[in-house]
Amino acid sequence: MIRTLGRNPSVVIGAIIVAFMVLMGAFAPLLGTIDPAEIDPVFRNKRPGVERTVRAADGTETHYVYRFGTDTLGRDVYSRVVYGARVSLIIGVTVALLSASIGLVVGLIAGYVRWADGLIMRVMDGLMAIPAILLAMGVVSLSRAGLLAVVIAIVIPEIPRVVRLVRSIVLSIREEPYVEAAITVGTPTPLLLARHVLPNTMAPLIVQATFICGSAILIEAILSFLGIGIPPETPTWGNIMAEGRSLFRIYPHNIFYPGACLALTILAINMLGDGLRDSLDPRFAKRV
Amino acid sequence: MLTYVLRRLAATIPVMLIVAVLVFLMLRLTPSDPAAIIAGDNANTEQVAEIRRRLGLDQPILTQFVIWGGKLLQGDLGESFFFKKQVAELIADRLEPTLSLALCTIVLAVLIAVPLGVFAAYRQGSWLDRIVMGFSVLGFSLPVFVIGYLLIYVFAIELNWLPVQGYQHLSQGVGGWLLRLILPSLTLSVIYVALIARMTRTSVLEVLNEDYIRTARAKGQTEIKVLVRHALANAAVPIVTVIGLGIALLIGGVVVTESVFTIPGLGRLTVDAVLARDYPTIQAIILLFSLVYVLINLAVDLTYTFFDPRIRY
Amino acid sequence: MGYLRKSIAGLAVAMAVASLAGAVQAQKTVRAVMHSDLKILDPVWTTAYIVRNHGYMVYDTLFATDAEGKIRPQMVDAYQVSADQLTHTFTLRDGLLWHDGQPVTAEDCVASIKRWGAKDSAGQKLMTFVAGLEVKDAKTFIMKLKEPTGLVLLGLGKPSSNVPFMMPKRVAETDPNTQISDFTGSGPFVFKRDEWKPGDRTVYVKFDKYKPRAEPASGLAGGKVVKVDRVEWRAISDHQQAINALLAGEIDYIETPKHDLLPLLKKDKSVKLWDYNPLGNQYTFRPNQMHKPFDNPKIRQALWYAFNQKDFLDAVIGDPDYYKVCKALFVCGTPLSSEKGMEGLLESNFKKAQELLKEAGYDGTPVVLMQSTDLDVLTNLAPVAKQHMEKAGFKVDMQAMDWQTLVARRAKKDPPNAGGWNAFLTSWVAADITNPIFTGFLNSACDKAMFGWPCDPEMEKLRDQFARETDPAKQKAIAEAVQVRATQWSSHLFLGQWYQPIAARANLAGILTTPVPVFWNIAVN
Repeated sequence: MIRTLGRNPSVVIGAIIVAFMVLMGAFAPLLGTIDPAEIDPVFRNKRPGVERTVRAADGTETHYVYRFGTDTLGRDVYSRVVYGARVSLIIGVTVALLSASIGLVVGLIAGYVRWADGLIMRVMDGLMAIPAILLAMGVVSLSRAGLLAVVIAIVIPEIPRVVRLVRSIVLSIREEPYVEAAITVGTPTPLLLARHVLPNTMAPLIVQATFICGSAILIEAILSFLGIGIPPETPTWGNIMAEGRSLFRIYPHNIFYPGACLALTILAINMLGDGLRDSLDPRFAKRV
Repeated sequence: MLTYVLRRLAATIPVMLIVAVLVFLMLRLTPSDPAAIIAGDNANTEQVAEIRRRLGLDQPILTQFVIWGGKLLQGDLGESFFFKKQVAELIADRLEPTLSLALCTIVLAVLIAVPLGVFAAYRQGSWLDRIVMGFSVLGFSLPVFVIGYLLIYVFAIELNWLPVQGYQHLSQGVGGWLLRLILPSLTLSVIYVALIARMTRTSVLEVLNEDYIRTARAKGQTEIKVLVRHALANAAVPIVTVIGLGIALLIGGVVVTESVFTIPGLGRLTVDAVLARDYPTIQAIILLFSLVYVLINLAVDLTYTFFDPRIRY
Repeated sequence: MGYLRKSIAGLAVAMAVASLAGAVQAQKTVRAVMHSDLKILDPVWTTAYIVRNHGYMVYDTLFATDAEGKIRPQMVDAYQVSADQLTHTFTLRDGLLWHDGQPVTAEDCVASIKRWGAKDSAGQKLMTFVAGLEVKDAKTFIMKLKEPTGLVLLGLGKPSSNVPFMMPKRVAETDPNTQISDFTGSGPFVFKRDEWKPGDRTVYVKFDKYKPRAEPASGLAGGKVVKVDRVEWRAISDHQQAINALLAGEIDYIETPKHDLLPLLKKDKSVKLWDYNPLGNQYTFRPNQMHKPFDNPKIRQALWYAFNQKDFLDAVIGDPDYYKVCKALFVCGTPLSSEKGMEGLLESNFKKAQELLKEAGYDGTPVVLMQSTDLDVLTNLAPVAKQHMEKAGFKVDMQAMDWQTLVARRAKKDPPNAGGWNAFLTSWVAADITNPIFTGFLNSACDKAMFGWPCDPEMEKLRDQFARETDPAKQKAIAEAVQVRATQWSSHLFLGQWYQPIAARANLAGILTTPVPVFWNIAVN
């Protein structure tokens, strides 16, 4: 299977770019960065390439080049973009994992436990009917703005989509002769789920989770734009852009660098998702 | 058919009820206080408490819900905390810009995306196909507001072809209305074009391999005719589905696009209401959007019978 | 027959010409973007600045502050004070009309003063001196005092929130805690209620029957001559987009263009910047005295040594043309301005601050510092405060939120870990803080004070003395004592003055120098 994936160019390219971003985030402190939250009122709104000399108390001088310039508080945009990779990717991955696992459990229940199905699916219909952005706006205003609130706000609207997917797979698998046979033989339900249902769900779920990861990073950016994202002290690609947007015409570097990273990453994730879908789950590919 | 429609409509009632409960709970659990916002920056604690009492926010949540639900059943959406206007009136004022934007976006998206998708499928593997596919992935990769700023910068500021912002009501002339809608619709349609172009390509590709296409070609029909009459018509069902699914995406995009382009529509009303914690307005808007979503998906299901006579309800 | 046909033809020509002339003499409209959207319409009920600005469009005032800071009669024609300073007689000028055509009467004014006096903090203070308000005739009313006070003119000529705007009696009799629903004023503009679309636009048209005073306009005083037909306030929430729209000529006026974007405007000839408010605004840091650690005066004292104004001003405003380091509580450039008691303070003497914290036994309780992230002129303040405080040895927990959430939260008296707070930063328009009575943050009446709830009988005594004093020289001495007391008790810390220019299309002329943006005297060329 790995070999099949390796032959798919969009999987390979996507994976390489995503890996690069992950490494960038993981090794952020080693990449010549300074504290991304450190402010400097004198060195604000500087263009890329400006150099700062700091003279310490003992007379030694250190130089620092603002490769990507500084923002309105004199924070280093390069450091913010590199550290931003961390937070943005953490959001993407956490949202994908959380919504996939919660959706899987709820979907399995809905698909397997007949009496719970109606209730669960009505609640899911209700959640789906509320536009994701509005729901997220509501959830974020519930609590103190922060990573957790944003993650929860993005996870909740994604859950119903996963539930629907899992449920439909469970329902179709129930009808398969070998599952029916297993039921008649008296295989206990957990074993049944683990042996027959789960493996069939995995491939489409992984594909779905990939797309959720990409859209979560984008939704975070939009929440930041609307002023309800993660506080600017913790840089994310989204909030760097959202903060810098009002100076777009004079200092485009605030939008350009994080925007390029964001677009590249999501592009890579989507390519990865497309490739995974084609290779892992041809049936699913036909459906969506 | 009619029984099916009625059954589907009846099924929306519990959904809407769940939406109403969810929205109400979500808002009332927030720690923020509309009364303090209304009172202004220099108000003291007693003034704030007085306003809270007037708005009925000091009542238990259940009582508040019963009052609101009771009015809602009588068709009364209540009065906005903030604007001192009936919520129904506020929403009615904002309907035209949002509908205009949404319609323009859908029309623009379909006009661009369907031909692109069809040609990409027709010339599968060509450079055109690659560009369309590349764009369809890229379209998902940029936040709407960045697309908006880029388009404004190029078309409104550098080239000076189009207005920077604003909205003109249809009653004041079609020209000005359309002129101001071009950039916002274009911004909003990017993601939609990506979605529809992709879907069209896939669906047409599938159909192109069917026997009846070969038959049509064998009969000597022109390629255009084959593509439009046979391939596209048969690929219509999935395309319509994706347009329906995209409505949710569109509603989210409207919120951002209207903020960027200063369009006085429902999206901006939503942002304003959320920031001001204007509960009655937020509740009404979310209910409205949810209803629209449910109804559009119903409409989409019904169009299947139109495009594909094999489907019967 | 021929005559008739000719005259009909003539009439048609005349009509065509008239309509042509109408088209040429198009309505003169100012399309303005204000600092916020107008959502509430009662300037006595709320203190929000945008509603105050709305008040100056629609309503008129008895007195007004001129460009030199002097209080002059506006609706009032003659004003007499008895020798014992206890009887003040006001006579209205001729020709004052409400927008519905009814004349303005003394009865209307008395009702309006009463409503304002029940709501506004300076008005409440003034009312404690008032024994009675009497209507003498249609145009004259008398204010009788229990004891002399300098607050009569100071109050009635108050330039900023809440301004004592005059409303018709039927409106002014509305309970002060209920918003008015009738927007009839006697000011130079009429509010177009049917065109009011909150979140989109607010429309005013010229009040043709308004009778301006004969003197030229000066500050908020003098003749309010309206030179345009229509003023539209447009809501554009995105700063960059507002500037783009101004440069493209889609709007004419921006009240608060973002400072970082001013270079874009300066290099464009189609736009002009107006420094309309010479006193500007003052940044302030407000500690919450109810909870640890700022319940300890010595710990609050450390803040005076930790902060320096320049860092704050650099971080938010940036361009020194638009800010001023100023260690005066009542703002540099006003009669009560002074630097008394400020030696060594606000100079980021971190060593001294650390020592004070040590002496006070600061135990590392984190300071919950609220940062508002959606108002550009405030966003960057909190990170600077955090940096200074951390250098002084404080632990800071900076929490970001939008301004509306901050406003809701600062009203809460709960402990910081239960939804309360320790500190936040805000900005005041100079006109609001020019004396000890107006300055809301100086109110030190414990529970009844503004959020932050300072509790200082000494300060209250000084403020009371100021209210009773009518001699300017003695007022100044009391004001200096207030300032010294403020640095000891630290009800709030002032962090420098800044200025906000108005940006307008070059064809706009006559923007007045005022503490509040007004639209009379503006002409479109």
